[in-house]
Amino acid sequence: MEKPKVTRDFDDKEFAGCAIFGMMNLEGKRFPSRDPVRAIANMHERGNGLGGGFAVYGIYPDFKDYYALHVMFLDRDAKEKTDRLLASGFEIIYDEEIQTKPALVYNPPLVWRYFISPNVKRLGIQSEDDYVREYVMRINTETGRAFVFSSGKNMGVFKGVGYPEDIAEYFCLEDYEGYIWTCHGRFPTNTPGWWGGAHPFSILDWTVVHNGELSSYGTNKRYLEMYGYKCTMQTDTEVLAYAFDLLMRRQRLPIEVVAEILAPPFWNEIDRAEPKKASMLRTLRQTYGSLLMNGPFSVIVAHEGEMIGLTDRIKLRPLVAGTNGEYLYISSEESAIRLVSPQLEGCWNPRGGEPVIGRVGEHIVPEKFLTMEATA
Amino acid sequence: MSESRLVMELGFKMAEKISMHNGVWRVDAENMHYKELNKLLRLLNSKGVEHVELDNVYGQRYIGTGLRKPMRIDVHGTPGNDLGAFMDGQLITVYGNAQDCTGNTMNDGQIVVHGRAGDVTGYGMRGGKIFICGDVGYRVGIHMKEYGNKKPILVVGGTAGDFLGEYMAGGVLLVLGLNLKPKEKHQAKYVGTGMHGGVIYICGNVTHLGKEVKVMGTTKRDMAVIEKLAKEFCGHFNLDVEQVMAREYLKIVPVSHRPYGKLYAY
Amino acid sequence: MKSYLPAEYIVERDDEKCIRCKVCVNQCTYETHYYDEETDRVYSRDENCTNCQRCVVFCPTHAITIRKNPSAYRENAHWTTEVVKDIKKQAETGGVLLTGMGCDKPYFTYWDRLVLNASQVTNPSIDPLREPMEIRTYLGAKPDMLTAELEDGNLMLKTTLAPQLTLETPIMFSAISYGAVSLNVHEALARAAAECGTYFNTGEGGLHEKLFKYGNHAIVQVASGRFGVYSDYLNAGAAVEIKIGQGAKPGIGGHLPGEKVSAEIARTRMIPPGTDALSPAPQHDIYSIEDLRQLIYALKEATDYTKPVSVKIAAVHNVAAIASGMIRAGADIIAIDGVRGSTGAAPKVIRDNVGIPVELALASVDQRLREEGIRNRASIVVAGGIRSSSDVVKAIALGADAVYIATAALIAMGCTVCQKCYTGKCPWGITTTDPWIAKRLNPDIASQRLVNLLRGWSLEIKEMMGGMGINAIESLRGNRLHLRGVGLTETELRILGVKHAGD
Repeated sequence: MEKPKVTRDFDDKEFAGCAIFGMMNLEGKRFPSRDPVRAIANMHERGNGLGGGFAVYGIYPDFKDYYALHVMFLDRDAKEKTDRLLASGFEIIYDEEIQTKPALVYNPPLVWRYFISPNVKRLGIQSEDDYVREYVMRINTETGRAFVFSSGKNMGVFKGVGYPEDIAEYFCLEDYEGYIWTCHGRFPTNTPGWWGGAHPFSILDWTVVHNGELSSYGTNKRYLEMYGYKCTMQTDTEVLAYAFDLLMRRQRLPIEVVAEILAPPFWNEIDRAEPKKASMLRTLRQTYGSLLMNGPFSVIVAHEGEMIGLTDRIKLRPLVAGTNGEYLYISSEESAIRLVSPQLEGCWNPRGGEPVIGRVGEHIVPEKFLTMEATA
Repeated sequence: MSESRLVMELGFKMAEKISMHNGVWRVDAENMHYKELNKLLRLLNSKGVEHVELDNVYGQRYIGTGLRKPMRIDVHGTPGNDLGAFMDGQLITVYGNAQDCTGNTMNDGQIVVHGRAGDVTGYGMRGGKIFICGDVGYRVGIHMKEYGNKKPILVVGGTAGDFLGEYMAGGVLLVLGLNLKPKEKHQAKYVGTGMHGGVIYICGNVTHLGKEVKVMGTTKRDMAVIEKLAKEFCGHFNLDVEQVMAREYLKIVPVSHRPYGKLYAY
Repeated sequence: MKSYLPAEYIVERDDEKCIRCKVCVNQCTYETHYYDEETDRVYSRDENCTNCQRCVVFCPTHAITIRKNPSAYRENAHWTTEVVKDIKKQAETGGVLLTGMGCDKPYFTYWDRLVLNASQVTNPSIDPLREPMEIRTYLGAKPDMLTAELEDGNLMLKTTLAPQLTLETPIMFSAISYGAVSLNVHEALARAAAECGTYFNTGEGGLHEKLFKYGNHAIVQVASGRFGVYSDYLNAGAAVEIKIGQGAKPGIGGHLPGEKVSAEIARTRMIPPGTDALSPAPQHDIYSIEDLRQLIYALKEATDYTKPVSVKIAAVHNVAAIASGMIRAGADIIAIDGVRGSTGAAPKVIRDNVGIPVELALASVDQRLREEGIRNRASIVVAGGIRSSSDVVKAIALGADAVYIATAALIAMGCTVCQKCYTGKCPWGITTTDPWIAKRLNPDIASQRLVNLLRGWSLEIKEMMGGMGINAIESLRGNRLHLRGVGLTETELRILGVKHAGD
């Protein structure tokens, strides 16, 4: 499988027309792939079989202290270069090819998994996370034909070119259990054969699945490049992953604030708000205007212990949330949730720009969102 | 149309999914692609079947589209997007929530949803009636139109999202806000933006209006219209008309019928 | 506020030739000419003149000439007279400057930089006058392969083809909405399309009941306003077209000023008479590529999969990727409208600055679809300033299946491209819904003019094809070897996929 011959410039990006689904156990209990795969398969119509993927959290309990790298190689040379690069900066605890079995996927590349730990001597004053991030960017740019699918602890991304249910089959996802599963079915147009273009996109343990198109991609990309992120995946979703990493991990802003940065209210709404709030919102928007995500989007972002759903501020993409006991569901279409959980305690459409947040240990109070349910 | 004749026409695979009892046909839609399901509905419709119940509906789209004769369809489950798109005279009842684009460019007929509906409900509606028991999403009732005696009606039991009635050119949109707490406002913003025809009746105050509309009190005639619609609504969902009517209603109408008259230089 | 704008045109009347018949006074809808009984002379209000040439054509003694007002501002390549006038006009009104028809700026028109081949010596020309020359075209999705089986000694085809449109000539009438033009114009287009074995496009204003009988020569359009869209309309047409955008105003919606929303228009569009019919840009159920797929299949379901679904877009920067997405979403026909596309009303700044030339869009779309192996899945139709049969031949050589013409059709019916369509006072009776003016256009004569145009172009196309040694238009489609560029840069040649003349 070739990376596309003509490297088109940033404007020639993918369309993320698609389906997204997220399922989380709020007690942190791990569950198998059956429900998430059934749900994303139900939204088959929204994709065109040329992209599917999953992010799963809690899959490597025995290796949970190590960074789990999932890397895709387009040729042996790239693997050798990657192995050398990793060896120079990390202790490689264990590595192997990710198990696969025959399935309806197109031209699969080699996908490898490494459990690594940063070499303490080389660490210096950098945090471990930043250290890993730098190496990930290096693998993506220096080896030329190796790309990192995921680089977090006790989690992993499985993705490629095929319907999501076929990707799940290919990577034997029935063998894994996790407490958060996010899924994506894609409708790519630009580079249909490119495994790196499938969702989820991730950096460290941040993963993003995205439905929509960011018309602000050019601006977002150039802002993030100032902070050491390199956009190599030719897909606008990449900037969302990096934006979350920058704002939530490095700058330690809480999700409620991050939502106001990525999907801020209109100026006339800010002017109408109560003075203290207005001042905060104004400052956020003045500082982070280049991270405003313009264009339709609904995303599900996950990292250790949290799953977040968000849409753009004028809600141009669908998003539905549902809860039942310990489970939180976020989906592009309600029918997918109902398929795996016909009964729901709470079911609602989040407002544009307002995040749905699932955190381990916090149950979501259905009353807060309950609206008129079926009376019949 | 007898059951056995239909079975012969459809073949055994489809036949497993259909049964008939007392003149009512039941279809088990589990794992059926929408193309198959709708083809089946069109076939039943062309043979004069008048009442079909659909079970195990999980996201099949376009249910009710492309049917020529009157028919009643009861949907058990969650129908997919574009329920009743371009519909022309059928009756659909949903026992569950509906998704986006319900009643898209509907011309005639009726859709009743015992639950919520999603975004873009009633887009470009030109006739017929839609009754939603619960809330609806964003961009509901966009560009509803009317002419002569073709007047579309959309009644919402709960609240709505932003851009309600955007660019409305006709018809009646009634939002009852039955699940709002006392004094609680509808959160919808840009209500009636671009409106140049038709009317929105709403119970409860609106957070923000589009600049092309103004809020007024209701007249006796308005209340008569509201009462008639409320009666129908309550009839579908077993609610108390008197309770619904014992509330204050406001009317939102366009300020000018040429809101963009000064926008262009000729 | 006093207007600082000088008159654009000066009406010159030769008083000796003028016989005071007052035809000009009656014909002018802008009240430019007026007759003074006392002095027995006809005078003009120059500032109203739009240079539509109606009075010039109808004056029996050819007494009138319209001249561009020579007292212009001082010559300035940057601050041109047009720019100066636009600024002053905005200062007077505070509004968005409207205009009509297509972009008139001197950008490269690539058709004029491409030349065609002819056979000499090595390959014979074919004589189109006496030998068969086939220009029939089918639009719709084609499969990659067919399966056939022998049954009882007969070859039976197992694949059924998706629904197709049959064109006896590769030229169709582009979308012109009822409201932008009068019903007489729509009728003329419908009749001419029927007579010539091709199609006309209803545009976004719906189809008047009177014209349903021409339904099987109609492509019915579904635009964001959804005007006139219901199941009978969808089923009346031969194909359904989803309008995403148009070349004259990519990214923004349709404009029908309130002046043109007459009682009849109000009835067909189902909006109050006199209101502005401003269709929003987005179709509110299409915010992403999978939504387009949703609408395409909604229309296919509504028409029981019996009609091809076309999607029309304006030519913009990443048109190739968009086209690819559209095909994968299920479109059977893709219509690309370039920057020269015309309109009844559009903001001038958008008409002249947004969009790319259709020649480049066509070349890159055709090339991309072939690279992805999906070129067969849909037909490509191009629009936007197709002026002659040579433009048509060049378009097909670049890769199009057919072309749409609109400006050329209107010119055939009398239009002189004065760009005042939005006023609703077109003296030729074309872009007006005022019944008194609209009746100046006789559908019998207008449709005859259109038939003549198509006939003339079709004969010319055959001549050019014969000259190249081709007698079937399929052999011209995408055959870029029959084109050469003249005076184009390397990048342009690369994008168009043609060599330079002499090479």
